[in-house]
Amino acid sequence: MSGYSITEPSPRQKWVAGALVALYAIITILPLVWIIATGFKSSADAIAYPPKVVFAPSLEGYVNLFTTQTRQTAEYFAANPPETWYERIVQSKGLTIAGPSRFGERFMNSVIIGFGSTFLSVFLGTLAAYAFSRFKVPLKDDLMFFILSTRMMPPIAVAIPIFLMFRSLGLSDTHAGMILLYTAVNLSLSVWLLKGFIDEIPHEYEEAALIDGYTRFQAFTKVVLPQAATGIASTAIFCLIFAWNEYAFAVLLTSGTAQTAPPFIPTIIGNAGQDWPAVAAGATLFLLPVMVFTILLRKHLLRGITFGAVRK
Amino acid sequence: MSQSVIARAAEATPPGVARRFRGLSDRAIAWIFVAPTIFLLLAVNIFPLIWTIRLSFTNFRANRPNAEVEWIGLRNYDRILTDSDIWETMQATAHFLCWTIVLQVLIGFSLAWLINRKFKGNDLWTTIIVLPMMLSPAVVGNFWTFLYQPQIGLFNYVVAFFTGADPTSFSMIGSVSLAPWAIIIVDTWMWTPFVMLICLAGLRSIPDSIYEAAECDRASKWRQFWTITLPMTLPFLMLAVLFRGIENFKMFDLVVQLTGGGPGNTTTLTSIDLKREAFEKWRTGYASAYAIILFVTVFGLASIYVKALNKVKER
Amino acid sequence: MTIRYTAPAVATALLAVAGAAQADDLTLCWAAWDPANALIELSKDFEEKSGHSMSFEFVPWPNFADRMLNELNSGGQLCDLMIGDSQWIGLGAEAGHYVKLNDFFDANGITMDDFIPATVTGYSEWPKGTPNYWALPAFGDVVGWTYRKDWFERPELQAEFQEKYGRELKAPETLDELKDIAEFFQNRDIDGTTVYGAAIYTERGSEGITMGVTNALYNYGFSYGTPEEPYKLEGVVNSPEAAKGLEYYKALYDCCTPPGSSDWYMSEDIDAYKSGQVALQMNFAFIWPGVEADPNVGGGKSGYFPNPAGPDGHFAQLGGQGISVVSYSDSQDAALEYIKWFAQPEVQSKWWELGGYSALKAVVEDPGFATSQPYAQTFLDSMAIVKDFWAEPSYASLLLSMQDRVHSYVVAGEGTAQEALDKLVEDWTEVFEDEGKM
Repeated sequence: MSGYSITEPSPRQKWVAGALVALYAIITILPLVWIIATGFKSSADAIAYPPKVVFAPSLEGYVNLFTTQTRQTAEYFAANPPETWYERIVQSKGLTIAGPSRFGERFMNSVIIGFGSTFLSVFLGTLAAYAFSRFKVPLKDDLMFFILSTRMMPPIAVAIPIFLMFRSLGLSDTHAGMILLYTAVNLSLSVWLLKGFIDEIPHEYEEAALIDGYTRFQAFTKVVLPQAATGIASTAIFCLIFAWNEYAFAVLLTSGTAQTAPPFIPTIIGNAGQDWPAVAAGATLFLLPVMVFTILLRKHLLRGITFGAVRK
Repeated sequence: MSQSVIARAAEATPPGVARRFRGLSDRAIAWIFVAPTIFLLLAVNIFPLIWTIRLSFTNFRANRPNAEVEWIGLRNYDRILTDSDIWETMQATAHFLCWTIVLQVLIGFSLAWLINRKFKGNDLWTTIIVLPMMLSPAVVGNFWTFLYQPQIGLFNYVVAFFTGADPTSFSMIGSVSLAPWAIIIVDTWMWTPFVMLICLAGLRSIPDSIYEAAECDRASKWRQFWTITLPMTLPFLMLAVLFRGIENFKMFDLVVQLTGGGPGNTTTLTSIDLKREAFEKWRTGYASAYAIILFVTVFGLASIYVKALNKVKER
Repeated sequence: MTIRYTAPAVATALLAVAGAAQADDLTLCWAAWDPANALIELSKDFEEKSGHSMSFEFVPWPNFADRMLNELNSGGQLCDLMIGDSQWIGLGAEAGHYVKLNDFFDANGITMDDFIPATVTGYSEWPKGTPNYWALPAFGDVVGWTYRKDWFERPELQAEFQEKYGRELKAPETLDELKDIAEFFQNRDIDGTTVYGAAIYTERGSEGITMGVTNALYNYGFSYGTPEEPYKLEGVVNSPEAAKGLEYYKALYDCCTPPGSSDWYMSEDIDAYKSGQVALQMNFAFIWPGVEADPNVGGGKSGYFPNPAGPDGHFAQLGGQGISVVSYSDSQDAALEYIKWFAQPEVQSKWWELGGYSALKAVVEDPGFATSQPYAQTFLDSMAIVKDFWAEPSYASLLLSMQDRVHSYVVAGEGTAQEALDKLVEDWTEVFEDEGKM
């Protein structure tokens, strides 16, 4: 027998496999690199024909992203020379800053709605998952399936009555409405995932605590919750990413006050045509947190994306 | 010892809560814990579903709240099922669904199979590959319209680099024959890692001992693949197909941003068509019937599929 | 004594409260484009004079109708003032989204006689032709054409064109002439780059291709009903002449547009024109101030002409908007105050200076107007021949069908022009039957 086990691939096989996977990874990451790079291009470089790979970096996109601008005359500029670096960038195009753009608000809306709904869905999900995991709930399997099935309906189809419901309750275009809606959508994920995590915690711990005189509720908060902390954290991140990325409900049910970033970013527009550096800058700021979370989560990724159906 | 634990626990628990829960039976706690979730899901899913069913028998229009609402029986359903345009969007959806699944399964499985060679640095590459899957489809889809532009986009130049074609000679989003593939390419780019991860879990679930036994029987690698690797990862693959199938049947954000359904109606998937009926034409009753038909379709297909999946698992 | 003393104090307190209630924060909703930026500038005067503060919610054209109609239909309070598209007026009036302005106009001495008649009909009236006003004409706009005067004036091109077509190379007067010119420039090498004939509207998602194709259809005899039968479609919408108009637009798209221009609307057309890709550009008049100021194509390099005539008429697609008060707004009084301020002649003439197309007669009939800008005369000529799409409450359904049928024929090349229009008649008939109008 040779030096390595028969199921272990040969070094040459490994090398070839590694090279192929690396090649795929490089191609797949190219669009993302291009988004980040475009954010640092000037408007002219961004729509250069043919596309530019090497360019002089510029913060024009980020300045455009955060400001609204109006046209001004040469006399105005003579009287009010630009004071800061960003005013100089804007003035080089014959424009002046009229005020902040809406991007900051939209980004904050994403944060508020994302964290609000994540907190609620993890909170409710943990309670329900614990009950499903530990107690005899009548019709348990049916209820669990019902919870999962809520995820099958196309969002546009559910949106019709929800639109009407929100309109009559005054929830259209409010943070509270979106938080409730995303919580409901995320509950299926959080219940299923958390039930899996709680199932894995041995019953013995709680039983020991109960024998020690803990009440059921104390056993839950003092024994089960700390044990499930990692699971709760990763569930929370999955819920957050969903709420962060959601588009269909956001585009139909929000407009000015509670609109999140995904419907907003594609509509960032310059003085003529779509302002690609600003769109790319917005996309970069919006996508980066998720990229970081994905890297942190990579051990639990599989479980999260399959609703806990595949655990390792 | 146990005395002090109880004392500490009692101290840490707010008296109100402690008193309220101490006396509760497990059964009561179970109900208290489950009720909010069920209530919320009933309010946001079942109640709207019933409402949709009701609306689907009317000519209600949400943008004309003052107009009279008439019961028109099954007329909405009749109109939808006999409308040839809707069958076109169904075909577009089926085309999109089939090809994305085929490509994602082929590429995803191959990648998983390669990564399972356990080469150096495979963690890093895997992490890079999964990134697109976690990102916002609307934001990324919007940016892909830029990548697809013939004169200024990256995509045509990359294709030109590999094939030697003139980059401005074709337009992925503009041409009737290429647009359906433009959306398939982006979806495959985003979601292949999903299938890959699931396949990888499947491959890793196969114990080495099975291969060792096969090796002793002098089964060829080819034979091992067909008799061990594939059958044992099949349940995982089928699960991946189920998830992708449901997700892509609901597909909206990515394609709306990419093509808006054009050119003509070549990439008008059912969700896009439904959105036009419901929120642009505001034919609420008609769109409700449409939604119910879609829901029944996806639910029916998924149930049949899950039955098949369970059979495979049992084997 | 004490009573005497407190009475003025109460009055002061009341006044303070009233004052606080009066300083409203108004939100004005419009499309995100150059004129909107000019309006921000213009509105500073209103903020100073009234004490109200203004916020703006601008949505890009491709999403504008979708977002704003959704906002109105959900009874949203985001917008106090809406500069809504001309075709929304029927819905705005019938569904109660807009406040009726007749009494307000009467009380404040604003009369619609002071505005260009086409804009009053187009932007303010519902039902059309009756004195019921739901908006004040805010921004006159119409589809017209921009051309590269500097290219047209090149002697070698003049000579070549003269030889080929037996006439001078100049702004076209008929649609056929326009196509000849576009064909002449298509794939021509100018200063080392390949250029194309014309940038035209082909956008699928919102209203783009409809706003483009109608400029050909109207002039080939297409019409929305007849004066006697407003909902007559058969033989008017799908007449053989109208089909010829649709064929014309497809021929223009096939022969003379830049590759990949299958989903273009205002901003794509501007980009193509400004970057020197095309000789002709179809676009709304709002872009002309920007073209004139552009370093590449402005300063005399561009010329303007109204939509050319066809065999059966001479029309141009109306654009533009009126400004309305949203009935769900909590600040209706302040919003009306804004409209009162906006209607003043001096504000209107400043509006024109900043690049906004005023619809006030006093501004456009001023003797200096026609020569004030190179495009001013073209604007007046174009506004004289306007025709608008349906402004029915069901406008969105009518538009979506047209987008679908026309795009499928012109860009995707499905079926024939006659089939496309026949199907359009079927779709529209269904919509009007649903409405109980047929």
